[in-house]
Amino acid sequence: MKQTTHPPDHRSARVRNGAATAAPSPARTRTRRRPTSQQWAAWGFLAPVTVYLALFYAYPLYRNLDLSLRHYTVRSFVQGNAPFTGLSNYQTVFDDPTFAPALLHTAVFTAVCLAFQYAIGLALAVFFNQHFRLSATLRALFLVPWLLPLIVSASTWSWMLNSDSGIVNALASAVGIEPVNWLTSPSWSLTSVIIANIWIGVPFNLVVLYSGLQSIPASLYEAAALDGANAWQRFWRVTFPLLRPVSAITLLLGLVYTLKVFDIIWIMTKGGPADSSTTFATWSYQLGFGNLLPAFGPGAAVGNLLVVAALVFGLVYVRVQRKQALS
Amino acid sequence: MNRSTSRTWWKTTVGVLLTAIMLFPVYWMLNVSLTRDQDMRKSPPDLLPVHGTLAGYRTVLDEQLPYLGTSLVIGLGTVVLTVALSAPAGYALAKLRPRGGGILNFVLLAAQMIPGIIMAMGFYAIYLQLGLLQSVPGLIVADSTLAVPFAVLIFTAFMSGIPGELIQAAQMDGARALRTFWSVVLPMSRNAVVTVSLFAFLWSWSDFVFASTLAGGGAHEPITLGIYHYIGNNNQQWNAIMATAVVASLPTAVILVLAQRYVAAGVTAGAVKD
Repeated sequence: MKQTTHPPDHRSARVRNGAATAAPSPARTRTRRRPTSQQWAAWGFLAPVTVYLALFYAYPLYRNLDLSLRHYTVRSFVQGNAPFTGLSNYQTVFDDPTFAPALLHTAVFTAVCLAFQYAIGLALAVFFNQHFRLSATLRALFLVPWLLPLIVSASTWSWMLNSDSGIVNALASAVGIEPVNWLTSPSWSLTSVIIANIWIGVPFNLVVLYSGLQSIPASLYEAAALDGANAWQRFWRVTFPLLRPVSAITLLLGLVYTLKVFDIIWIMTKGGPADSSTTFATWSYQLGFGNLLPAFGPGAAVGNLLVVAALVFGLVYVRVQRKQALS
Repeated sequence: MNRSTSRTWWKTTVGVLLTAIMLFPVYWMLNVSLTRDQDMRKSPPDLLPVHGTLAGYRTVLDEQLPYLGTSLVIGLGTVVLTVALSAPAGYALAKLRPRGGGILNFVLLAAQMIPGIIMAMGFYAIYLQLGLLQSVPGLIVADSTLAVPFAVLIFTAFMSGIPGELIQAAQMDGARALRTFWSVVLPMSRNAVVTVSLFAFLWSWSDFVFASTLAGGGAHEPITLGIYHYIGNNNQQWNAIMATAVVASLPTAVILVLAQRYVAAGVTAGAVKD
């Protein structure tokens, strides 16, 4: 800690000794006018990242768009002379029998994950916001699921949910519940990946909502308690309304993140069995990379639909954040 | 006094229980990684590794070291690239007030929203033409796209807090903008550098989408693919799979122990402004 602040302090002291005390004021007016020399310096610093964004964000996105507008075969993909076919890839995707289930699964997956992650995260945040021994340590441990590589979480859940040897079915039969084919039955596979993804998403909600709770002044709770409000009323009348801005941000970011969840579903079920856990993200991958004969065009088309959805909600997020920054 | 201690003691118990439930999958991963082959299909499974064996870890040492090495190289490469690109950008956005900086900020926010699978498909098409598929530098560049927008936001937020007087005083000293950045701003931003490096390393280490699309089948595959091949190939040796998973989780553990406060700060800064 000391090392971070000390050398600059030392430096500024030295500088101040050398320069006249009146010197800083012209410097300040200079920055306010945004002189051209500073603009050059600023964009000099920004140049690498700007070039980077153009090369490694804009160009791949453009290539993806291009892929979705041409009819690609494996040969023309390598040679790069695929004929332009307009929106026919999108037509193919809309007419595909997988489209309706994929749309439904994406919506259900996103909505259910968000609802549970937020509710559990908020409950835990309120709980950990009280002062008790080990509170900080336990809160830190809660971060583990979120920090683990997704392949680790997904393979662990796969084995826990294994039909014959998984611990979940073993516990279920111990209390007299019929074992379930979590990953291999079409009626349970979506539930399984939702459970795993909720587990991964709770820590993010906990951390962000907890930081939101910290900014609610304690005096409000004291006033509410003086007015005779019980814990339940204090939560619904004080905590929840005051947490609304943070909640909005958490849910919108969660929405954008959940829409693009791919790893968990692909590793646990590959979108199956029989497309029963296919979302747009896994469908896109399935089309582009999952088969022996890749369908890059339709795969890119599905991906672009996902981009549009993510960007729409992303724009809402930016708007909400701007509004909050202003108020 | 006595009553309040007993009340917080009660809360601590509940907290420990909740944490235990939440971390049960992690414990189960450890437990399975220590289980003998012949006990793997036992019903009900042993809740404790009573006949613990390190056979799974021996398999990891025999088979997974190259994957771990590749992941380490790619992770460090991603850290260097990310910090080199985003620290100067953060400085400019925070202190030099460039024209069009707002637009750049917006582009960076939007870039974080793009699903990885779409980026992967675009990268695949480009790398195929450039011959960069299955190459380590190619994967480093792709993995850095996971971290750069976030890193710029973190650096901008952090460097905005550096007092303007310090920077201007240094400029009066005759130091040019570059020297100011190098000898004043960067040393003061050590915490931001640590936060960004941690996340860049962790995300690149954990990446599966880019690895499977851009590096799959090559000579240099990261550990995520090592585990993925295990799951696909031998469905029987789950102790080896889980042992690999435990080893792949080590960076998470290190980060949590050494840099917990940076992590929480990073999560919050990414989501909420102030």
